[in-house]
Amino acid sequence: MSKIYNLKREVEKPPRLTGGHRLCAGCGAGVVVSGVLRALNQEDRAVVVNATSCLEVSTFMYPYTAYMDSFIHSAFENSAATCSGVEAAYNALKRRGKVDGTVKFITFAGDGGTYDIGFQSLSGAMERGHDMVYVCYDNEAYMNTGIQRSSSTPLFARTTTTPVGSAGQGKKQNKKDLTEILVAHNIPYVAQTAPLGNFKDLHTKSHKAIYTEGPCFLNILSPCPRGWDYPMAQLAQITKLAVDTCVWPLYEVEEGIWRLSYIPKKKLPVEEFMRPQGRFRHMFQKGNEWMIEEVQKQVDQRWESLLEKTGA
Amino acid sequence: MIKQLSGNEAVAYALKQLNPDVMGAFPITPSTEIPEYFAQYVADGQVNTEFVTVESEHSSMSVCIAAQAAGARTVCATSSCGLALMYELLYVAASCRLPITLVCVNRALSGPININNDHSDSMGARDSGWIQIYAENNQEAYDNVIMAMPIGETPWVRLPVMTCMDGFITSHAVENMQLLDSDVVKRFVGEYKPENYLLKKENPLAVGPYDISAYYMEHKVLQAEAMKAAKARILEVAAEFERISGRSYGLLEEYRMEDAELALVLIGSTAGTAKAAVDRLREKGVKAGLVKIRVFRPFPGQELAKALAGTRAVAVMDKSEGFSANGGPLFSETCSALYDCKERPYLINIVYGLGGRDVTTGDIEKLFGRLANIAETGDIGSVYTHMGQRSREEIA
Repeated sequence: MSKIYNLKREVEKPPRLTGGHRLCAGCGAGVVVSGVLRALNQEDRAVVVNATSCLEVSTFMYPYTAYMDSFIHSAFENSAATCSGVEAAYNALKRRGKVDGTVKFITFAGDGGTYDIGFQSLSGAMERGHDMVYVCYDNEAYMNTGIQRSSSTPLFARTTTTPVGSAGQGKKQNKKDLTEILVAHNIPYVAQTAPLGNFKDLHTKSHKAIYTEGPCFLNILSPCPRGWDYPMAQLAQITKLAVDTCVWPLYEVEEGIWRLSYIPKKKLPVEEFMRPQGRFRHMFQKGNEWMIEEVQKQVDQRWESLLEKTGA
Repeated sequence: MIKQLSGNEAVAYALKQLNPDVMGAFPITPSTEIPEYFAQYVADGQVNTEFVTVESEHSSMSVCIAAQAAGARTVCATSSCGLALMYELLYVAASCRLPITLVCVNRALSGPININNDHSDSMGARDSGWIQIYAENNQEAYDNVIMAMPIGETPWVRLPVMTCMDGFITSHAVENMQLLDSDVVKRFVGEYKPENYLLKKENPLAVGPYDISAYYMEHKVLQAEAMKAAKARILEVAAEFERISGRSYGLLEEYRMEDAELALVLIGSTAGTAKAAVDRLREKGVKAGLVKIRVFRPFPGQELAKALAGTRAVAVMDKSEGFSANGGPLFSETCSALYDCKERPYLINIVYGLGGRDVTTGDIEKLFGRLANIAETGDIGSVYTHMGQRSREEIA
């Protein structure tokens, strides 16, 4: 980027996702989408793609769309293929002199539409090398259908399909490490970010993803006050705690080179992130200390491994 | 130009002449040769299509939907389970009013897995909102693909078109056929000029909304009206096509039906077999005839009723088992079409040819024998039966 990042200047740009959409107050998704779209150069056009999701049903309810750019939604599991289809059309029509100018192609899908049902479509589109950006706004469960577990839901989290009861203590399995799976696709750019602080990390990575030729993938943590069960005004705090506990490390892999984007001044214990959230409440009951210890152990291991990969 | 081509090669050749903007490609027997031939055209620089080699049929249709919405003319080919994997998106394509062309090389659905011909794949998609046109032979398979875009892209139709041919029987058998000059084909089909599309600079477009109950029904009614309107357009395009090819097509084909008392109604390559049987019976003085359904969606109900008026006994032959316990899909449509007629023929349903089970002229003649008996005695026997399967004793 030519200019130094300045949040005030960025938010003064005309929005490409307008207000009036129907996302919940305090939802991370709207902040993530606005943040990514702000990274487009103002003069460039874009086609935005959505998987079926909270985001889709809240931003394009007939006859109103919140997007200033062209937009397409087709189904839940095919947003990557859909984006690749638009890109294919652009290539064909450009070759035949029927379209001109720069058009960028950006997909947004939740973790259900990315880690699970849209996984094949995503992997295929990345392997084929379309010039597109796939953004997963990761809120760690199927929120649109009412908070069911996905393969992104973290260990022990309570959801409506991993409830807590006398014989169940939330999700039994680990969260899938999708970002690393995307790294294994050997695509030009993969990054993990979050709507943190002044959004500089989110903005920089989005701009890089949009303006790097070829398939790029962004995994963006997107807290959900309904599903995570925390006060809706605390989006920024929850995001910061996810990053400062190293539950959600910020890093990027550019042409195979791993780079850590943020090292917390003081790495906080995972309880700090988990305590404010109802989905982890059962872990703080007497006798369940082992659960927090287990999560801490895993977070530490993954952080160490990431430090090694990034040479930090 | 006369050429000897298989059905798949003929279709691939038609696609080459059309030079679509985007093609979604994924292999499945027996349609695989279509993207194979086309890939070679791409490699040889004979087309400049964006050839997208996806990881599944689901993504193939997803690419076609998105590319067509973006302003491109798109095509794909598939069979059987591949079409079944697309089912969800076939509805999306039709409801977004995207005139995609899909070549379905008909093959039995799993399970058990079977690679041979029947119509269970496309019959499963009959209510998805696609126009469906079935070919009897290689020539028709070629011709139907060329007519697909002028039908589907018409502003008051704007529906996707599925052209179907029988797997192996049509797709792999080589026949003599007439090919049109590429210039003639290009002129006939013309440029694709959608009114609105995603990549239109002057006016962004949003496609695929969440459509609440206040609007959904209106959109479905518009879709239904478009399907009704498609009937006239299909005939109009057929008339234009006759002018460039000399070959004439309708919604259905009546074969020796003028004075027929006994008749068959069926779809696809079996029409060839049945025509031979009808000819033989005619020589023996039997007033036999055949109605071949060419267009299944929109269904030519009135035209079929008219064609069958004057018959005494009719067998509707379904090459798919609908498991309704009440007959196959073509039988249901035929019953509905005839219900309002004052004089109705006796009607039976024969489910045949599943998973590639052969049907011969002998089988058809025997069936006409049964119809003659029904016409004479008025005794239908079982309304809905299967043909060509071995008995339990034979299998043991």
